[in-house]
Amino acid sequence: MERHVDQELKELNKDILKMGALAEEAIYKSIEALKNRDKEMAKSIIDNDANIDKLELDVDEKCIDLIARYQPMAKDLRFITTGMKINAELERIADIAVDIAQRTLEIVDKPLLKPLIDIPKLAAVAQNMVKMSIDAFVKGDIALAKKVLSSDSEADQLRDVIQKELIEDYMVKDGTTAPRAVQLLLIARFLERICDHTTNIAEDVIYMVQAEVVRHHPEKLQNGK
Amino acid sequence: MRQKIITKNLNLWYGSFQALKNVNSKIEANRITAIIGPSGCGKSTLLRVFNRMNDLIEGVRTDGEVLIDDTNILNSQTDLVVLRKKVGMVFQRPNPFPLSIYENIVFGEKIHADHVIRDKLDEIVETSLKGVLLWDELKDKLNEPALRLSLEQKQRLCIARLIAVKPDVLLMDEPCSTLDPQATARVEELMRELKNRYTIIIVTHNMQQAARVSDDTGFMLLGELIEFGKTQEIFTAPHDKRTEDYITGRYG
Repeated sequence: MERHVDQELKELNKDILKMGALAEEAIYKSIEALKNRDKEMAKSIIDNDANIDKLELDVDEKCIDLIARYQPMAKDLRFITTGMKINAELERIADIAVDIAQRTLEIVDKPLLKPLIDIPKLAAVAQNMVKMSIDAFVKGDIALAKKVLSSDSEADQLRDVIQKELIEDYMVKDGTTAPRAVQLLLIARFLERICDHTTNIAEDVIYMVQAEVVRHHPEKLQNGK
Repeated sequence: MRQKIITKNLNLWYGSFQALKNVNSKIEANRITAIIGPSGCGKSTLLRVFNRMNDLIEGVRTDGEVLIDDTNILNSQTDLVVLRKKVGMVFQRPNPFPLSIYENIVFGEKIHADHVIRDKLDEIVETSLKGVLLWDELKDKLNEPALRLSLEQKQRLCIARLIAVKPDVLLMDEPCSTLDPQATARVEELMRELKNRYTIIIVTHNMQQAARVSDDTGFMLLGELIEFGKTQEIFTAPHDKRTEDYITGRYG
């Protein structure tokens, strides 16, 4: 039986999907701007953030409105509360894209410290995790959500490799590289933070689908649940 | 937690129609248990089993066991007057007697006691009205007709009349369905107060009310108890698809 609320839940789903697409685009562009030393693109990310913030508020308002008017229960309740949390994670991800763009603007006029190899790799991991986490939400796909969670260690490793290289091969050997190296260090750190946000989304998806809280309970995932 | 009421393989027929099918449940003392489900699912029938009100209907047949404090009340030796004193009922429409407020409350005591002492009756009236938070409002008009009270006051008075005979279990069949939201909220507050002293079972169509007020919830469908559990779990993560469909309004 199609209920009146179903239409509104579909609308909410669509908006969160849009929020995800915008966040994904912001990260993609922030990395492109860094790789191509593209000032205009970096600035456009910063300018576009207001749109993402606005959509975040709209989605939040929709969720509160749905709760107030329908007093949802069970699956509906879990969908709406999860949607609210994911909305906040996506907004944070978009904010981090802005952070990356700002770091890029800091170094874009200076000579390139080194060819970028591992940072684009980490960026690709982050982008893929964002995409997977949103897909997992939209499809209610637990297996995909778990894949997001297991991808996080790859991101951590890449961040460690980048950090070690920048510190040992550049900052320690030649102190004058520090201003540029620090910006790249921060960018690596930001990308890794994005991955952390996607794991939050994945954990929320698992709660939404099977009503089980795996957040702060890694053992529940290891038990094959 | 102590189990106050246990039903074992409880079946009930109205003539050839089976209204309860193999109901197994454990209701804990000093908690509020809500029974929800669509019209005709058997929830009121189940409630009325607990003080054998169904006996008043012709052609009713019951089998299985209903243990209240470990005694099977379906037993033919059960003294129904004692049972209904111990397990009282509040109905959908408040039904005070066409007597004074005072006489409504002491009515049960006058029936149950061998001889009545005036001072004791006064004390019962005061304690019972205080128990339902009506004492301050009504203490100066105890001799006025109960029928003149507001709907909410009447419903509270009916609860006071129940607790005057010192029951253990309060059965409530849609106790707020004729009340406005404010009065409903106050009766719900009262229920929370009362659960410290009584075991309360409420049948309600109002799912939000069940979610707000109860500790445990049972969902019934076509005479079966489909799911029984902690209210929080039933309303956020029910196990049975039929429960999920009902509480999210997909049923039907």
